[in-house]
Amino acid sequence: MIALPILGGILVLLGDRASGKGGGSLQRWVGLLASVATFVASIPLWTRFDRTTAAMQFVERHAWIPMFKVEYFLGVDGFSMPLILLTTFLTPLVLIASWDSIKLRQGQYFATFLFLEGLMIGVFAALDALLFYVFWEAMLIPMFVIIGVWGGARRVYATVKFFLYTFLGSVLMLVAVIYLYSRAGSYSILDFHALPLSITEQVWIFLAFLVAFAVKVPMWPVHTWLPDAHVEAPAGGSVILAAILLKMGGYGLLRFSLPVVPDASALLAPMVIALSLIAIVYIGLVAMVQKDMKKLIAYSSVAHMGFVTLGIFIAWTIFGRTGDTPGIAMGITGGMVQMISHGFVSGALFFCMGVLYDRLHTREIAAYGGVVNTMPHFAAFMVLFAMANVGLPGTSGFVGEFLVILASLQANFWYSVLAATALITSAGYTLWMIKRVIFGAVANEGVAGMPDLNGREFLVLGAIAAGVLLLGLWPAPLVEVLSASVDNLTTQIMQSKL
Amino acid sequence: MGSNIYIAIVLCPLLASLVAGLGGRLVGRSGAHAVTIAGVGVSFLLSLLVLRDQLAPGSEPFNESVYTWLVTDGVRIQVGFLVDTLTALMMVVVTFVSLMVHIYTIGYMHDDPGYQRFFSYISLFTFAMLMLVMANNFMQLFFGWEGVGLVSYLLIGFWYTRPTAIFASLKAFMINRIGDFGFIVGIAMVLAHTGSLDYQQVFAQSAALGGMQIEVFAGMPWSVATVTCLALFVGAMAKSAQMPLHAWLPDSMEGPTPISALIHAATMVTAGVFMVARMSPLFEQSETAPAVVMAIGATTALLTGFIGIVQNDIKRVVAYSTLSQLGYMTAALGASAYAAGIFHLMTHAFFKALLFLAAGSVIVALHHEQDMRKMGGLRHHMPITYWTTLLGSLALIGFPGFSGFFSKDAIIEAVGLSSIPGAGYAYLCLLIGVFVTALYSFRMFFLVFHGEERLDAELRGHVRESPLVITLPLVLLAVASVASGWPFIESVVFGGYFGGSIVVDPAHAVLDELGREFHGPGAFVLHGLLGMPLLLAAAGVAVAWYAYMKEPSLPGRVRRKASVLYTLLVNKYYLDDLNEKVIVRGTRGVGTLLWRVGDMFLIDGAVVNGSARVVDWVAGRMRRGQTGYLYHYAFAMVIGLSILLGWILFKRA
Repeated sequence: MIALPILGGILVLLGDRASGKGGGSLQRWVGLLASVATFVASIPLWTRFDRTTAAMQFVERHAWIPMFKVEYFLGVDGFSMPLILLTTFLTPLVLIASWDSIKLRQGQYFATFLFLEGLMIGVFAALDALLFYVFWEAMLIPMFVIIGVWGGARRVYATVKFFLYTFLGSVLMLVAVIYLYSRAGSYSILDFHALPLSITEQVWIFLAFLVAFAVKVPMWPVHTWLPDAHVEAPAGGSVILAAILLKMGGYGLLRFSLPVVPDASALLAPMVIALSLIAIVYIGLVAMVQKDMKKLIAYSSVAHMGFVTLGIFIAWTIFGRTGDTPGIAMGITGGMVQMISHGFVSGALFFCMGVLYDRLHTREIAAYGGVVNTMPHFAAFMVLFAMANVGLPGTSGFVGEFLVILASLQANFWYSVLAATALITSAGYTLWMIKRVIFGAVANEGVAGMPDLNGREFLVLGAIAAGVLLLGLWPAPLVEVLSASVDNLTTQIMQSKL
Repeated sequence: MGSNIYIAIVLCPLLASLVAGLGGRLVGRSGAHAVTIAGVGVSFLLSLLVLRDQLAPGSEPFNESVYTWLVTDGVRIQVGFLVDTLTALMMVVVTFVSLMVHIYTIGYMHDDPGYQRFFSYISLFTFAMLMLVMANNFMQLFFGWEGVGLVSYLLIGFWYTRPTAIFASLKAFMINRIGDFGFIVGIAMVLAHTGSLDYQQVFAQSAALGGMQIEVFAGMPWSVATVTCLALFVGAMAKSAQMPLHAWLPDSMEGPTPISALIHAATMVTAGVFMVARMSPLFEQSETAPAVVMAIGATTALLTGFIGIVQNDIKRVVAYSTLSQLGYMTAALGASAYAAGIFHLMTHAFFKALLFLAAGSVIVALHHEQDMRKMGGLRHHMPITYWTTLLGSLALIGFPGFSGFFSKDAIIEAVGLSSIPGAGYAYLCLLIGVFVTALYSFRMFFLVFHGEERLDAELRGHVRESPLVITLPLVLLAVASVASGWPFIESVVFGGYFGGSIVVDPAHAVLDELGREFHGPGAFVLHGLLGMPLLLAAAGVAVAWYAYMKEPSLPGRVRRKASVLYTLLVNKYYLDDLNEKVIVRGTRGVGTLLWRVGDMFLIDGAVVNGSARVVDWVAGRMRRGQTGYLYHYAFAMVIGLSILLGWILFKRA
């Protein structure tokens, strides 16, 4: 039994204590050590994970607020475990990357990230709905602080927008959770899964959850907070935002919406599919005309996350068309793999943006050109991650998109065709940026004076590159971890609760 | 033999590429070329062994998986190899041309600062191409397919400071992505209707696909096989540069010449042809798809040949010639003459690689001059290049007895015998194409090697034959160009060399029909001596000789007389303008519109900030309500209470 998230939480506190003593390199080291220790502590989750069962593992259950039957109830399954590992893997890298580039209140910056890490792990591991909600809301605070304190010029607008968007969604989720408690008599998510509900109840609960999760994913049309938040956030904040925070939306859909209200999900799936396809096609086109690199990657994130929601929600179309389940598990698996991959790839691209920004202090594509001449190592990494973003086979970006495109054709020919347009649009915006930023002759004196990667940056990008390639060439281990949970979910959602 | 030999064939170039690319100064320049040549050389020798094994009587195709990529939903996607006679032939062609190009590159890229990177890329390309041809499933095919596309992208933009080069590389990748878009939909169709991505399992069910129907548009049931094949063929059109997805190939000449020979002539661009041949069990189930394939191939063969006549850049002439020859191969596929298409693929790989490398030899000798108007009379200075180019050109135009003669004649006759819709049109295109081929080939030949020297002043007297590392591959490829036809046509095209790896429906088995009249290569040559194609080719050479040797003022006069036609050809039928001005700008315009109007005006402007404004306004009104006077509050409370009480009473009653 592992009390990993608790451990993470304690380490966060330790990191914060250390930072209280004022500036200096000591608390950076303490912070880094804490995050590395969390990562090491999370490894047994992978190695000792039982791949044959969909039941919750590493469960930790204590009474918390007995009066309302709220419990401190943690556990992981195939959906949450990979996301926790993604979190613990990326956080140390964020800290390493921020080593020198953050000048202001370094200690507090590190501590904030450690807090954030603990809370994010909490979100993924919580099996009590109220506990989940507490983590979910609490997590907004450090993110809000990261953008608000260490952000760019328009950070106040961006933080307010970010906060209002996500907060409005969460309030509706809280209402839904309390209603479910009143019906089920406990806050345990597993009890919610078994709770019979009428279709009217289901639709309202579904919509309440959808608003909360759609904002996080983010789905079209509630995505506009993301480009602003990214643009204003410091590099490390962007990495965590894109790589992990967005995954909570997809995770929430898998943990709450589908199993708790399957009939409403079935009823409203066409709407979600439509929104996903709009995200893929519309946002792909919008991304093509961006002049700001971070905005471009942010829009690309929205389009890529469209594959996640598409992969999940085609289940009912397939079932409705064929009366059978082949293709459903493939879609959900594809969505999950896409989330993990997007964590790596978008994280890596935002790291790259940070590397460029540290040197030239601008995000304008037009301000760069010919970076390959002065930074060949960086250019190699950047092209690799760009190719992963484009979904080239052999990189992680391919696996999820491939599975979702394959599965969606079993639902409807045109879903697949529209989803596959991402092959063209993603190449358009990503490589157009690469062409203008990386290739060409040295554009100006600023670029001419840019030093190549230092060891610290090389380590960060190299670690993610290894992950991207490994996942692309051999996704079987990840898929194996998911499979029992995916199969279980497939049976859950096919059983009507009416 | 086990799968180890196949793993070795694939991994040798990959490892060599990694060593050369990541080894940096530890490996050095000579280390880079030594290790990559060794890697590809081993692959070539092992491929020969594999071919020998496949040719042995009673040999079976090898089909085994190496590892499981992933399992989901009961679908097991594996990485593995299917090696039969078709694959073995491709492996030998790919590794042989690649080896020649590796050696040649030592001379060609001698002074380039990106020497090591270049060797790393071409070895990586060889790896990806081998993965493509040796795959036993669609996922791996797609991996190789996009992998070669990636390396092609990197190599076209190899000289990354040149704006034209990086533009061309982006263009190549984008157009290929349009193809891949169709390709992946085709793969999804295959999975949806067979439940597998493994060739063997899919082909076993191919007959059923012909019977199934899908309603792509409501109320219009189409054959699953047709939809699948057409989607797959979109991929082949981009990769094998068939109109209208061909525009990237001429621009790809911005890359260094060795890769023009290897990737954009001999191997990668033929991947589409190979893929269709590999998918023959599926294409044979469709009525419509082969007709479309044939029409597009024949059109490409003719129209791109015309453009070749008006080009002045030596590499672009060869590039348009490649487009045209790919059209021949594609037309053969449409006529179900897969064996002839693949045979032409092989002979073309040799003579076209030769022509590119020879052009490169000229370019190096002239210090990177590519304009044929500034060449002429080079035969005295570069005898080896001259003679090898002559042999290559003769093979290209189908001189009797040379390799191209056998493969091209087989295609033309097969298309002539075909009875599918559009075969008559295709036959006509291919016949005229023979004349055009001879015309542009010998126009180039005469302009470069004969006539007066039109060199720049500083080059005169300094033109030398290229070094051995350049001429050796030329000579070896020339031997292959001449001799790879005669000994092999009987078995490859008519003799059932491909066995079970290519499936042809008896209803369109044109090659069988042709084979009944085949009495050995000698008789085939004699028959060819009396045929139309040879006459047309001879006419083409004669016209080229007259216009560029005898009467050099003629082309100018023709150009003025037929200025409309000339403008159309020089502007490549305005297809590039259509791409750039209409399609690319249109797409970006839509993107801008969605961004400005959709995201910024409607969602952010009206909804998000609008709701903020509404809140602001409401808050302002509310603030006015908070006057601070006690009697205002008391009054409001009284009113509120009475309304509430009234409501309760009203409800009771």
